[in-house]
Amino acid sequence: MEKKQCQCGHLNPPGTVLCEVCGRSLTEKEQKSKLVDMRYEGTARRSQTYNKSIIDKVWNFFSSVKVGVSLIVLLLVAAAIGTILPQKAYIPATTAEEIKAYYADVYGSVGRVYHFLGFHDMYSSFWFILLVGLLAISLIVASLDRFVPLYRSLKNQRVLRHISFMNKQRIFADGPGAEDTMQKAEEKLKELKYKVTTDKNGLLAEKGRFSRWGPYVNHIGLIIFLFGVMLRMMPGFYVDESLWLREGETRAIPEAPGYSLENKGFQMETYTGEDDEAVFNEAIDRVGSVAKNYQTDIVLYQKPEDSLPGAADLEKVKESSIRVNEPLKFDGYAIYQMDFRLDELKAMRFELTNKESEESLGELTIDLINPEKTYDLGNGAAVKLLGYYPDFSGFENGEPQTATPLPNNPGFLVEMTTPETPDGETSFITIKNTVEPFGENQYKLAFQAAETRDVSGLTIRKDRTLPILGLGGLIFMIGVAQGMYFNHRRFWIQQKADGEIILAGHTNKNWFGLKKDLDQVTEYASLPAYVDQQEEIEKAEKLESEEQS
Amino acid sequence: MNEKKNKKKQNRLIMRSAILLVLIAAIGYTIYNSATADDVTVLEVGDKAPDFALADLEGNDHKLSDYKGQGVFLNFWGTWCKPCAKEMPAMDRQFDVYKDQGVQVLAVNIAQSDFEVQSFSDQYGLSFPIVIDKTKSVMTAYNIRPLPTTVLINPEGEIERIVTGEMTEEDIKGFMEEIKPE
Amino acid sequence: MSLTDLSGNLLYVAFFAYLIGAIVFGGAVKGNKERTSEGSFKSESRWGNIAFAITILGFLANLGYFFTRWGATGHAPLSNMFEFTTAFGMTLVAGFIVIYAIYKTPIVGMVVLPVALLIIAFASMFPSEVSPLIPALQSNWLAIHVSTVVLAEGVLAISAAAGLIYLLKVVDLNKKSKQRFWLEAIMYSLILVIGFVVASSYFSLTGYESEFAYVDKEGKNAEITYHMPAIFGMHQYEQLNEDKMTPLMETPAVVNAGKLTTVMWSLIVGTIIYWLIRLIARRRIAAIFKPFVKNVNLQLMDEIGYRAVIIGFPLFSLGALIFAMIWAQIAWSRFWGWDPKEVWALVTWLFYAAYLHLRLGKGWHGEKSAWLGVVGFAIIMFNLVAVNLIIAGLHSYA
Repeated sequence: MEKKQCQCGHLNPPGTVLCEVCGRSLTEKEQKSKLVDMRYEGTARRSQTYNKSIIDKVWNFFSSVKVGVSLIVLLLVAAAIGTILPQKAYIPATTAEEIKAYYADVYGSVGRVYHFLGFHDMYSSFWFILLVGLLAISLIVASLDRFVPLYRSLKNQRVLRHISFMNKQRIFADGPGAEDTMQKAEEKLKELKYKVTTDKNGLLAEKGRFSRWGPYVNHIGLIIFLFGVMLRMMPGFYVDESLWLREGETRAIPEAPGYSLENKGFQMETYTGEDDEAVFNEAIDRVGSVAKNYQTDIVLYQKPEDSLPGAADLEKVKESSIRVNEPLKFDGYAIYQMDFRLDELKAMRFELTNKESEESLGELTIDLINPEKTYDLGNGAAVKLLGYYPDFSGFENGEPQTATPLPNNPGFLVEMTTPETPDGETSFITIKNTVEPFGENQYKLAFQAAETRDVSGLTIRKDRTLPILGLGGLIFMIGVAQGMYFNHRRFWIQQKADGEIILAGHTNKNWFGLKKDLDQVTEYASLPAYVDQQEEIEKAEKLESEEQS
Repeated sequence: MNEKKNKKKQNRLIMRSAILLVLIAAIGYTIYNSATADDVTVLEVGDKAPDFALADLEGNDHKLSDYKGQGVFLNFWGTWCKPCAKEMPAMDRQFDVYKDQGVQVLAVNIAQSDFEVQSFSDQYGLSFPIVIDKTKSVMTAYNIRPLPTTVLINPEGEIERIVTGEMTEEDIKGFMEEIKPE
Repeated sequence: MSLTDLSGNLLYVAFFAYLIGAIVFGGAVKGNKERTSEGSFKSESRWGNIAFAITILGFLANLGYFFTRWGATGHAPLSNMFEFTTAFGMTLVAGFIVIYAIYKTPIVGMVVLPVALLIIAFASMFPSEVSPLIPALQSNWLAIHVSTVVLAEGVLAISAAAGLIYLLKVVDLNKKSKQRFWLEAIMYSLILVIGFVVASSYFSLTGYESEFAYVDKEGKNAEITYHMPAIFGMHQYEQLNEDKMTPLMETPAVVNAGKLTTVMWSLIVGTIIYWLIRLIARRRIAAIFKPFVKNVNLQLMDEIGYRAVIIGFPLFSLGALIFAMIWAQIAWSRFWGWDPKEVWALVTWLFYAAYLHLRLGKGWHGEKSAWLGVVGFAIIMFNLVAVNLIIAGLHSYA
């Protein structure tokens, strides 16, 4: 493409629609249209100017609005498809086979197809990320392409424009003026907070130019945000761990070196409907019960600087509680109350009794977390623990087995000694039954009661990208507000030698506001009445169509 | 004039290529990362083994740094873990052979009660020290996920190898050979 | 009278004020055609102002409902389907009040107020008693996040109203066209909401209840109470009351036949109402509105539609994405989790982003822009209704 010489003598870059200096239309299409196309001030989008190498072609591709909007729409559709069935993160299956089976079992053939197409893991699929990435490229390229020429042209605005530029503006006025018209118009425009520049017989009044940068500012915000998201996908930028912490336990916090957490107690409260809560009675009755609070009271410990993992010399950092919406925060970490399990077995109380006489020789409580070797009941009676199987799962080669370290189904191999049975009697006790491997015993351990404890499900997070994401969000918001809550208004006024006033007005949005400003100026400076040429065109079209019908 | 124009064109090409290249590389890297997602900082072979201090059943403290100059066979286990129980006797036999050649076995139990660990040790007649990681802090420091996991530490205190799952006696022998001081 | 009762009564007052306001706006638009010297219509501005005053009264009562309920429960009344939807109706009216104050357009009131009425009526079909907050909602962010979202959606809905007026005027109803079809489809779907309200009200006034036992998708036994005669039966259902309607069809376990039955009844009643209106008026619903839009200034409608989007879009970004992310980070430990509600907020945001780019970059003004405004509202309604009731997720509080 060639550079374009305007009648005024200025040499414009190829692709320019309106002369950079005087505003004359440079293309045939533009010359024929009734109103001037003011997008990007009629400057050439950079990509349109050159179209030579492959790189230029790729660049132009990403610069186009059509491509940008298509990417937005594709992303929108993909995102929506991902909600048709639950994503894999929200279903109760973990392994690949289980997940596949779940979709097939629960959702039938629809689920099978959904899984086959990979829609069950839509948002981390490579092509979804690719779409976001392409959109990011489009954001950057399109912004660069438009910002640079727009900036140049708004910076080098001329006050005096050619008549063909003026009379093709949507707001246009033409008529006789008085001697002081220009001066009065300037006064009023300044009062209305316009920046006025004059040149010979003309003036340019401008307000809110900064709003034109809004789109580019918000795009920068989005790019920063996406950059944060990209960093987040790299290893080590964030921590997401979970910890099941039982009441009374102290555990090292995963991925938070040196820190440990003790669970002093978990509470779950529901609304009672009493006192202040009486207003909620109807709702509570309808639903049954409504949870009010999930809370873990904790102590946070840190190992001293010179101490080693595993050593017992922990230093208390703070004692507090974690509730939903009130995570524990320390050193960039946050710990959340996410889940819980109630009533895990903690201790069991037994009574050593004579089977026949039912006479009791005393009680013992076995701490299931930390059992003792022997329990002396006094008066010559004792119970010795020979084996402890917290989650008894059966025998293997005569040996009792435990499936997990948790006391879900405790089994005890005990030896009971009493004055009557000084050699001891052996018994294997579980919740369900008792086995006496060496023949009938005289004594038994009768189960009395169990103590339980709750387990708190906590999530540990640390996210180094949050400040970046926050900054991106902030800049985005500033950009959107700047671009949308403010607008760029301009008036060009010229007075010819014979006193004739020519006026044109333009705004990038809110014509209503522009007209309100102009009404004030017109009244004060007795400017000729203006017309909204867009409305005129429409009226004419309407008349035309009415005449036809 | 023409020369200037060409120069400008060339600059533009370089600029555009650079921007596109950087962006495409960023996308590629992001997709690669998402495909190989592993957000946990994992210890790797060659890293320095984190030092720790844990008490054994007699209450004696064992520090990893105490065994500097020796190869350390660090085995994480629990009584409920069947493969752990299976490899224990073999470990004990090989420990008997290699303890005089500078190989130390340390069995780290994951937060179980003294009673269970003692009964287990008695049952199998184990001679190497067994320490209990009561707060799972060593387990966390070493990022141990499945049990058993064995971390082989050479005399320089570096991780020589990480073995997850059950080992045969042959394996154990070979591993002890690997970390034996020269 | 307790604060809760007062709150409920104020909502009734608001409802009737909006109803009267809508009728008066209609009269204002249709009234006499005498032009004043400024070129606007005399009766339009007189009756329009009266209708506007009534609307303001209704809005004040509506605000009264909102704050007395807040006082009664101690939390912003934005915590369930009834409260959120009612607030949406309220912000829609708020958006209209702002627009009317600037542009003095009774026609917008004539469209917005009936839609607000429909939304409030729809809301009141959900359990409306005051309920306490579950732990996840106990946060100041409830008021901050949800009120910004609901305000943004109210403003964005104005864009749809302006778009609808634009379309009613420009779409030629005498010729068969896609535009004519879809315009009528919009009117039909609005009437379906009436169908839902009528069906629900009827069966709830007559106290219809029918119980079923069924097997849910995880294979567990469960029970359900229908409040409408069962058209669809739950998976492997067993009827527990004998004298009630037997389902015509059994659905697979993933489908909630109870909800499907409600949808079906709404469809049936709505369709009957639709055809009754068409038979009586002997024309399309859209055609009934034609005389009202005869004097509409298209340029102004286009500007109102666009203006609503540029006011609503930043608000929506702030409330539905940024505040949402901040709160999600606090309550759920992650700022984004691809929960269906989150995704649909993103979809809505992307949609309006596309709207803006098409308008600014591709010059989609006028009719195209009007269609987009209406589609935007459809997406918002989908997120409100379908995502809450059909797609289960973390946001299913109703």
